[in-house]
Amino acid sequence: MRSSTPRLAGVALVTIAGLVLVGCSSKAPSASSTGTSGALTIQPLVQIDKAGKEVKSQAGGTAANPAGDGKATCASTTTIAMAGALTGANAALGINIANGVKLAIKQHNDANKDCQVQFKGFDTEGDPAKAPAVATQIINDANVIGLIGPAFSGETKATGAAFHDAGLLSLTASATNPALTTNGWNNFFRGLANDAVQGPSVAAYMVNTAGFKKVCVVKDDSDYGVGLAQQITTGLGSAADASCALSVKTGDKDFSSAVQSIKSAAPDAIFYSGYYAEAAPFVAQLRTGGVTATFVSADGTNDPQFVKQAGSASKGALLSCPCGPAPADFEKAYEAAFNVSSGVYSVEAYDLATIVLKAIDGGAKDRASVVNFVKGYSGDGLARHYQWDSTGELSSALIWIYQVK
Amino acid sequence: MLASFDIGALGHSFWALTISGLTYGSIYALVAVGYTLVYGVLRLINFAHSEIFMLGMFGQYAALMMFGFAPQGDAYDMGVAQTLMYLGLAMIGGMVVSGAAAVGLERVAYRPLRRRGAPALVFLITAIGASFVLQEFVHFVLPKLTNNTLGGLNAQQPIRLVSPSTQFTIFGATVTNVDIAIVVSALALAFATDRFINGTKFGRGIRSVAQDPVTATLMGVSRERVIMLTFLIGGVLAGAAALLYTLRVPNGIIYNGGFILGIKAFCAAVLGGIGNLRGALLGGLLLGVMEMYGQTVFGNEWRDVVAFVVLVLVLMFRPTGILGESLGRARA
Repeated sequence: MRSSTPRLAGVALVTIAGLVLVGCSSKAPSASSTGTSGALTIQPLVQIDKAGKEVKSQAGGTAANPAGDGKATCASTTTIAMAGALTGANAALGINIANGVKLAIKQHNDANKDCQVQFKGFDTEGDPAKAPAVATQIINDANVIGLIGPAFSGETKATGAAFHDAGLLSLTASATNPALTTNGWNNFFRGLANDAVQGPSVAAYMVNTAGFKKVCVVKDDSDYGVGLAQQITTGLGSAADASCALSVKTGDKDFSSAVQSIKSAAPDAIFYSGYYAEAAPFVAQLRTGGVTATFVSADGTNDPQFVKQAGSASKGALLSCPCGPAPADFEKAYEAAFNVSSGVYSVEAYDLATIVLKAIDGGAKDRASVVNFVKGYSGDGLARHYQWDSTGELSSALIWIYQVK
Repeated sequence: MLASFDIGALGHSFWALTISGLTYGSIYALVAVGYTLVYGVLRLINFAHSEIFMLGMFGQYAALMMFGFAPQGDAYDMGVAQTLMYLGLAMIGGMVVSGAAAVGLERVAYRPLRRRGAPALVFLITAIGASFVLQEFVHFVLPKLTNNTLGGLNAQQPIRLVSPSTQFTIFGATVTNVDIAIVVSALALAFATDRFINGTKFGRGIRSVAQDPVTATLMGVSRERVIMLTFLIGGVLAGAAALLYTLRVPNGIIYNGGFILGIKAFCAAVLGGIGNLRGALLGGLLLGVMEMYGQTVFGNEWRDVVAFVVLVLVLMFRPTGILGESLGRARA
């Protein structure tokens, strides 16, 4: 018993020695890491088509302005509804969209005294089981002339038939499941490229434009990650290296073994098919492990949190998204109105709400005329050119590639 | 379906995997001690211990924020002495929060049950409930209390005190300062705990209660105090493990970040023989290494499966774990 005190002291010394070692060696890498990652942001790089080729924004196109000419008149009960997750774990996306719509309506109402359009947000919590009840509410609200939403693919699938029967415009800013436009819903329009466009476009971009010869495709176990990885792998063809095609799990934070496999494969690029929560530690560990290959990922990773969590390891990462970048003026107005920076799909929501406002200003007084207006619409928005084919898909669906820099 | 069965990859990066495995294993081992001690004394599997570990991660993070560290993506550049000091402070922060949380948990959740003589099953369910309560506290309540600087849906933006740098290589596998620090500190702490349990008056109290609570009480050992001490030691070690874990996985500080690790640590405790201190250490290291080998051979998504299959296989041949249950035995 008596010897325990000196022994404990000895143990304490060893612990301290271990920590000293960390302290000593932490000096070595410090030259490269002085904490400047605060400057890194996700910036738009290039807009691409399905062949992976750059598409320049059409010159001379002026984005539609919700303010219009200021002379519009309409009933004061005219309402634009928005449906999506406004509370719960997935609320961030829904709020981005709701705010985009609100901003467009605000700019419209400020300019048009005689046409004060109302906004109504309907919270589905993003849940396909709860959405049908909410859809009934929207449909029975006689003032609702057009709907921006639903936000997610699952809830859109669950409610599409009801909106179709009611003849209510359903204009989504974010539901990207390709199958949604195959139901014959002639009231449904998608304001961005669907998932079947993103995968092939990004794969073609990696092979044709970026010139990667060997790519490791790493996927997580979500529906999104598995589906996208499949499309990317097909699109990459022989450039996809099967020996380093890895699967990880949503929630994983340690990727030591995956890093080892990728290190021995020595690819030109890594495509991560999943969300930022895993992508951030993954890219950080790849860089620590000495893998310098380009890190490529898609809209699941295209979030400021990715850069925040990964720091300088995220530098140079390529992130695709069907969502368009927010122009500076839009960003300023958005921040002034809501006190937060705009997010993914805010611009799309703003553009789509603007189109509905144009319909109202043009004299549309019922649901059918709004649907007809959108069907025949062709014009530029902040994010892209909007014109729909007979199924409700954009006639030219493009993908943006962003880069962390 | 097996995505791949790749023995070649195992041979290729055997040593790198071993080192990763040992690093992870020593973290498992430290957390496993908490499970094993509480089990030894109370015959209770404290499933909320993983959340004690999670709170430790937030504890060391909060401590660093209090010392003026702002989260950023990259490692800080400080002198040796400072880095060292802050590591020490962070560890103390983690230990204090985890230790306090463990003792608090015992008071609030388990002691009232013990007073009323609740059956063992009730303790187990309470433990699971407490685990959820603590997770959701960090998920929903903590961000409101701290003005969104701590907790919430997303992982904390990391504060990296040390950036990993290679110290030397063994058979082509690099060993970083972080690896060494984790293994050395964990072994030192495990050894200290072993000495404390087996070589001090307090430790004798713990062992006596584990062996025979009634006789121990008759001999003047305060059972309640021993129980509190047991939870405290487990919590403090989990707090230390929390710092070591965040050195290795800076992005892991999230409300549900302790759950899987806790289950693995519990596995490690059972693997080595629950109730057995040295067993926890052995089980942790073994599990860490096996898990690395396994996921390389079978594919990354099989990591957790490998850990549990190893457990099942060992228990088939040694139902009490590798070293057997022995906290209360005379020799241990």
